[in-house]
Amino acid sequence: MSDSPAIANGAAVAEHHEHPPYQRHHFESVEQQADTTNFAMWLFLLTEIMFFGGLFTAYLILRNWYYPAFVEASHQLNIFWGTANTAVLISSSFTMAMGVWSAEMRKKGTLVLCLVLTFILGLVFLGIKTIEYKEKIEKHHVPGFHYSLQSFTNPASDPEIYKEYHDQPMALDMARHTELYFFLYFAMTGMHALHMIIGIAILGFMIFRARAGAYTTGHVTFVENFGLYWHFVDIIWIFLFPLLYLISRHQ
Amino acid sequence: MSEQKQNAAHPEAAHGEHEHHITPPGVYIVIFLTLLAFTALTVGASYIEMNIFNPVVALAIGVIKATLVVLFFMGVKYSTKLTKLTVFAGLFTFMALIGMTLADYFSRAWGRW
Repeated sequence: MSDSPAIANGAAVAEHHEHPPYQRHHFESVEQQADTTNFAMWLFLLTEIMFFGGLFTAYLILRNWYYPAFVEASHQLNIFWGTANTAVLISSSFTMAMGVWSAEMRKKGTLVLCLVLTFILGLVFLGIKTIEYKEKIEKHHVPGFHYSLQSFTNPASDPEIYKEYHDQPMALDMARHTELYFFLYFAMTGMHALHMIIGIAILGFMIFRARAGAYTTGHVTFVENFGLYWHFVDIIWIFLFPLLYLISRHQ
Repeated sequence: MSEQKQNAAHPEAAHGEHEHHITPPGVYIVIFLTLLAFTALTVGASYIEMNIFNPVVALAIGVIKATLVVLFFMGVKYSTKLTKLTVFAGLFTFMALIGMTLADYFSRAWGRW
């Protein structure tokens, strides 16, 4: 019968099969563990989509309400820096994807190189963002007590922007709403930049661990799931860029 | 290697729908170049006057770029059905929420202008 100690022991041995040290005991197989972690990472990313989704919805509604203000305010953004940053971020997504491949192929040197490149490109993105923020601070386009309407009530006073767009002066009650545009601009790009800073910090930790050979022993879950996070941050920028910089050029 | 050994030792693991897929660098390079090309295209399109179609074109290109990132860089194309369903459910919920909210706000003054 099945209560015979020999059979029971045999069953117990069969239950606890051999597995790599990185497989947790409650998973049947490494594949199951990887799939479960991947599922959890996606659930986290869905909450992130909802979080940024609220900001995007607010932007679209307010742009529709205060259309002239949002159009003129967005003329203040520099398309050159925006495009450069898009290219930088796409490149960093590419180096991250290559990092995941290196980990899967157990190429330690290539993995460290890819992570370092991703790290540097992340810093370049933040550097360019700093140049853009600095310009807005100097022009008093940061919402708050020192916010200035001059570029919008008297566009000719802002020659660099004026020579490109020839915007009409706006009435004060509409010009006021440009502050709302910049509030959303800083909220959205600021939250995006915060995600980049967190990502860069984790990348620093991963470079340290990868040099010690951590992700090139067949257990790539951490690199893979960090890759998902990094690509997600890239996707947010893929939508921020046209919505903030591009769609109001001709209106 | 170790995966194959694992599967041989535990046949039930081989029945799992998902074996770890490794996307070759060639795919990543093609997607990377396509993304850069679409970035150039969307910037170029913003310099052409298309009235209401400027935002439509910009968002359409954004959706194409995001789809490429999700399918290939994030590997959803090669992932489990569970992950595919999760991504789709998230997208669907997001579209429903943003769609209904915008439909409400944009139609409040309908016929009163």
